[in-house]
Formats: sequence, C-alpha cells, structure tokens
Amino acid sequence: MVKSAFIGGALAFSLLSTSALAANLHPETGEKLADEQVFTYRILDEHSSLDPQIVEDVTGSELMRDLFEGLYNQDNDGNLEPGVATHHDLSEDKTVYTFHLRPEARWSDGKPVTAHDFVFAWQRAADPKTASPYAWFVELMSLKNAKKIVAGDMSPSDLGVKALDDHRFEVTLSAPLPYFPLMTTHATTFPSPQWAIEAHGDAWTKPENMVSNGAYVLAEHVPSERSVRVRNANYWNNEETIIEKVVTLVINDENAALTRYLAGELDRTEIPSGQYPSYKKSHPEEAVSFPRLCSYYYWFNHSDSGPEAFNDKRVRQALSFALDRNVITDRIMQGGQFPAYTFTPAVTAGFEVPEVPFGQMSQKERDAKAKDLLAEAGYGAENPLEFTIVYNTSEGHKKIAIAASQMWKQKLGAKVTLENLEWKTFLTRKRAQQFDVSRNGWCGDYNEASTFLDLMHSQSSYNDGKYVNEEVDKLLSEAKTAENPQANYTRIEEIIADEMPIIPIYHYTNVYMLRANLKNWPINNAEQNWYSRNLYKTAE
Amino acid sequence: MLFYIIRRLAIALPTLTLLIVFSFLLMHMAPGGPFTAERELPPQVLANIEAKYGLDQPIYMQMLEYIYGLVAHFDFGPSFQYKDRAVNEIIATGFPVTLTYGTLSFIVAVLLGGLLGITAAIHRNSWLDYFAVGLSIGAQVLPNFVMGPILVLIFVLWLNLLPGGGWNGGQWQNLVLPVIALSTSYMASITRLTRSSMLEVLHSDFIRTARAKGLPKRVIIFKHALKPALLPLFSYLGPIFVSMITGSVVIDYYFSTGGIGIAFVNSALNRDYAVMMGVTILMGGLTILFNLLVDLAYAWIDPKIRY
Repeated sequence: MVKSAFIGGALAFSLLSTSALAANLHPETGEKLADEQVFTYRILDEHSSLDPQIVEDVTGSELMRDLFEGLYNQDNDGNLEPGVATHHDLSEDKTVYTFHLRPEARWSDGKPVTAHDFVFAWQRAADPKTASPYAWFVELMSLKNAKKIVAGDMSPSDLGVKALDDHRFEVTLSAPLPYFPLMTTHATTFPSPQWAIEAHGDAWTKPENMVSNGAYVLAEHVPSERSVRVRNANYWNNEETIIEKVVTLVINDENAALTRYLAGELDRTEIPSGQYPSYKKSHPEEAVSFPRLCSYYYWFNHSDSGPEAFNDKRVRQALSFALDRNVITDRIMQGGQFPAYTFTPAVTAGFEVPEVPFGQMSQKERDAKAKDLLAEAGYGAENPLEFTIVYNTSEGHKKIAIAASQMWKQKLGAKVTLENLEWKTFLTRKRAQQFDVSRNGWCGDYNEASTFLDLMHSQSSYNDGKYVNEEVDKLLSEAKTAENPQANYTRIEEIIADEMPIIPIYHYTNVYMLRANLKNWPINNAEQNWYSRNLYKTAE
Repeated sequence: MLFYIIRRLAIALPTLTLLIVFSFLLMHMAPGGPFTAERELPPQVLANIEAKYGLDQPIYMQMLEYIYGLVAHFDFGPSFQYKDRAVNEIIATGFPVTLTYGTLSFIVAVLLGGLLGITAAIHRNSWLDYFAVGLSIGAQVLPNFVMGPILVLIFVLWLNLLPGGGWNGGQWQNLVLPVIALSTSYMASITRLTRSSMLEVLHSDFIRTARAKGLPKRVIIFKHALKPALLPLFSYLGPIFVSMITGSVVIDYYFSTGGIGIAFVNSALNRDYAVMMGVTILMGGLTILFNLLVDLAYAWIDPKIRY
C-alpha cells in the first residue's frame, strides 16, 4: 500500500519534471536553468541526529528543514511564511494560538499531515522518556505545563497542545509570548510520524524507514561521510521545487573542503579565517561575506572566584576600551566581521544599535581613557593588573587572545597569561567560574534581541560570569510581555556599555565560497535558515 | 602448539578486562561529560538524558552493566553523541573503511618496502642502494599530514585526476591518495629494517658457507637469507598492521573517509564514552590477536623457535 502510493507519486513527479525540463527556464525570473540540479555542500561534523525532536546542532537542523516542514517557514529575509499552517488566530488574552493547517499537506508515504502529528511531536519533545536535549525549547516556548512535564511531575498528555480537528492545531501558553510564532520554524516543533516511530523505534531515521513531510526525503546516509536527499513527490508544493538532489558531505578540515570546492566537488563551503581577502580577489563572484546572528565576547568572572580587580567597574572599562576591535576584525579575522560595542548584533530583527559612548570615541581616545581609568583604580607599573584568559583550542581564538593580551600589556602594562583548554574542559571550567576572563561566542536561537540579552539575567544558566544587576533583570522580565520591548533592550545595552560585564569584541559573518550559478541563497536571513527547495542552479 | 594458543588466549581475557576497566575509569575522570555543551542543559533536561543512558548510576554499576552487555549480547551500547545510532553500527560502518585502505596500504608498504630493502642490501653502496635509502628517508621525513595536502595539490588541483576526498563506497579513485599517504612512511621504515637485517644475514657464517658451496646467488638470497632476514620485520608488522587497519586520524580527517580512526579521536573529545570504549576494545582485541599470529608465524619462519 505504502509502496504503491510512493510509485504513484514518483510517476506524477516525473511527469511534472519533464514539463519543467522541457522549458528549462526559471518560472519567475526566466533564467536558463542548469540541466543538473544537484546541490552539494560541506558540513564540519556529522549531525547529532535526524530526529526533529532530538537534533541539537546547526547542521542537523539544516537537514531537518529540508526533510520536514513545521507550522511556519522563513523567507529569504527571515520573515515568517506559511508552512504546514496557512495562518493562525490568537485569543484575546494572547495565550491561545489556533493554527490552521493546509489540507493538501502530505507525508512522504502519502498520509495527510494533521494536527495530531503536531500534538504527538510536541508532546514527544517534552516527554522525559524521549530525553531530548532540546526539551528546554518547549519550556522556552512557554507551552502550558511544559516545565512540569519535563520534570516528570505531569504526563506529556497535559501539555498545552490540542488537535481541534485534523486541520486545526491549538496551542495554549502559560503566559503571552510576543515572538512565539517565530519559534515554530525551529526543528523541535516539526511534526513527526507516530506510526513510523512506533514501528521502527530509534531506527526510524534510517533512510529505508524514514517518513517525512518536507520538500525532500532521505535517500542515503553514510554516517560521517555523506547523506543524500531527493525530492519528496508527495510534498504539497513539490511543483515549485527546482533542486532535485542535495548532497551533504562531512569534511572535518576546512582547508581540505576549500580544496575540494576549488576542484569542483562542492557548491558551498566556508572560507577559513584570514583567507577571505585573497579569495575575494581571485574569485570575486564566489567569495561572499554577510552578517550572522552571533556575537564574540569575553566574560569577566564577577563571582568570588574571580580576581578582586574585576569588581571595580573602572578596571573592566579600561580593558574593554583598550581592546582595538578593528585590529581583530581587519587584521586577524579578515572576513568582513563587525567590530562590536554592543552585545546584540546589528543584524538582529527589530534591534536598533544604541549609540553607546565608547563606541563613538576613536581608538586613541579610548586608549587614553583606559589608561586614566586603570590608574584611578590603582593599577600601574608598580602594581600591574594580572589575570588569565582561557579559551578553547582553536587557531582563531588563540590569535585573538594573543592580540588582546598584547594590547593590554602595551597600553595598560597588564600581565596577561593565556590558557588554552580542550573543549569540554573549557566548558566545565567556565560553568564552575574557574576563570578570570573567558572567550565566548553566542548565536541567537531566534531572531530577537532577548536571545542575546537574556544571558545577562542574574538567573540565566548561561550567565557564566555571574553578573548581577537588578535593573537588567527587571528590564528583561518586562520585555517578555511588553508590546514593544525595544526600549528595554536599548537600555540594557547602555548598561552593558557602562558596567562592562563583558567585552563585546566582534559580530560574526558567514564567509562562504558559493558557486556563482547557485541562486537565491538567503544572505539576508540572519539566522541562515535556508531551504534547498528555494535554491536553483542556472546554466553557466 | 595448541596448548600455547589456548594459554595465550587465556592471558588475553584478563588483559582485555584490565583494558576495559582502566579505559572506563580514565574516561570518566576527564572533565565534563557527553552532555556538557555550549548551551548548558537545564538540570531537569540533563537528568532525563542521563537517566536514559544510565549515567545516573554509580560508576561501578555503569561499568558492570557495560561489561554485561558486551559479554552477553556483544552490545557496545548507544552512542551519546549520535543519538539515533548504536556503537556497533558506528564500528560496522567505520571499520570496513579503515580495514580497506589500511590493508591496501599495508600490502603496498610491505611489498615496496621489502623489495627496496632487499635490493638495497644486495646491491650495497651502488646507486640502487642510494636510491632506495634516499627514497625511504624522503618518505620518512614527509609525514602523512604533509603528504596529504601535497598529493591533493598535485592530483586534484593541478592534474584534476582524482577526487580530493570522500569514500564513495570505496571506489578506487577515492582509495589512491589515502593509500599513498598512509603507506609511505611505513614503507620507509620497512625498507630500512629489511635492508639492515638482510645485510646482517648476508654477512653471517651460513651464507658464507652457502657461497663457498657455489650455490647460485638467487638461491642463496631467496632460499637461505630471506627467511631469517624477515624475522625482525615480523615483530614490527603485527602492531603496524593493527594500527593501519584501525585507521589513521590524519587520513580520516584530511580525506574525509569516514573511518574509525577519526571516530576514536572525536569520541574522546566529545566524551562519547560508549564509542570510545568500543573503538578501544576493538583496537586492543586486534592488537592481542595479531601479536599472537606474529608469534605463531615466527615458529614457521625460524625452526629454532618451538612452542
């Protein structure tokens, strides 16, 4: 039964593709399309899982967006566009969402996608038995009873989700959350096929067992080497898909990947730090750099285990002022990164970068001010400031730490020791506040300033520096339910620029080699939530 | 002989058990755990995951359960990092890859190295000797992490003859570069080892006697000198064969072959306890097995050795 449905779908698909191929022009732009629509790209590591409720890494989520489809998708600019849901209604008290699902949505085995599939998936994500590392996302979405279910105090069936009928999915939140719909593009919220999971258990994600509802189905998976996905003939919008096949290759070494790109084996790969300018020159149409929703910064340890000197605001300010961000972005990273004077990147949706005073000064002025501040705090040639920077093993982090320590030594006479730690040791030390200054990077979970600024909340589990400021806590709590929280975010950034709990260093960019004939890459999507079904290749 | 084999296998069991116990303890002593991540998990979420994988148990219970699963079901447990995969599966996909390119590299290294070594010894101080020694030194000073990029530069970027990496089900095109990169330094060692031991044998009394008897050179070398000259080589071949078939981190990393070599290193970095244990046991077991085989081969080569 399942098989015959699939063959039927495959036939319909081949008919469609023949008619499209006959014209071989892009239906909207009229560009001549390449005969072979295969997109091959490199990933750094094997993805953690192919189960939408369990996957936790970026590359795994990329595969999920091709294989599954949630309530909403993102367009090329990161705005919501209909997915399985066409629209939603919101209750007066802003806690009950009713999503209307399109009746034509189908699973790859031909079954209709219903509200029950979403209920199953969301309950599954919260269920302690699933033991999903992303169970916290369900809590973050403020779903009713999520916290208690994850803690095992309530049954997953008590989660605030309900299928009103096959095509109406009702979600109840514990409190209003203005950006809730944005979160429905995340893999954790994608529907999952109960029948396939019950039939195959953990093995349901194998290509031969997997049932999915996205534009593609998994055709092949060789762990740690490659995975291949091909078009899903049953996808409701299959007609508009152009890329026929997507190949993901695991290539650990970024230089090896770049070589293979140059040899024509890949359509997309990352450019290692420092090499962007030379590729921009040699391959101007292929080397691209565009903003990414991530921030690179140093934490000060504010807790009792940190150096006493860091309790003095002037010391923190002096160190932040004396750090010449332009040297780091223009001389070390060289990938178009942006010097950071605020924690939240400018690319964040709705976020206006406040003009913080120290960002307006010239580096010369900042250096002079830094010297004064440190002297005022009582540190100088006789009593030099001493501390250690810890960072995890990586050429890039090392170069930045060396540059920072040199700047602090030359400008402020500080004695800085560098300590390189293996990843897990680094994380363990950071969590336990066993550091003076630590290297950090943070990428937004969703495109809204709170995904960054929440880290500054005294109770945040990511507040590794143990920074406590009651005003910040209050502003963050208010922002959760505020109609327009932007004023709060601006105020928090001003506090950060003054109190300097962290040293913002730079805001990331994506630095890629992208085949010139691979079109429609969403460079304006700050979260880089791309979908293979939106891409296409033109004839060269 | 049979008794000897049984005795050796009997010793292997406690050796493997000790290996398991020590690796298990060392692994758990390393800071952090499999679920320590940049995004710190809320305590309740972490507790649920640890309960699923039995990490909430005391360590001796974890170890006993692990050994029980291993002995009773030959089950290496689930991977903590790759959540929809078992360690048995990871070994089953990764090991054939390294076994293939490792065995090929081994054959290339032994044949070429042996041949060069013997030639060099027979034609000592001739241009053939200098060539063989020169080549082996050249191969030795170029480690595979330098060799890999150079090979890729020549064969992939300049000549455009071969793919720059990947496995592709073990197509010959994907095998050429990893095999060259992996075999060269081993070949160099084998050349020098064979050359020096061959020289030593050629200067021994029984060869002089054979010469005095007027035996043809070919017979002297292949019938009389070769076997004893290979003896020191044999004790070297066992361990290198194991290290070659269990994969090279550099080869897996640079050529993206997806073998077990990189899995070992990644599992250590990820604290993927089960994968790390699985690969350690695999490597340990193979080492014990091949050492035994080498010892048995001694008896065949050298009639003076009897078990």
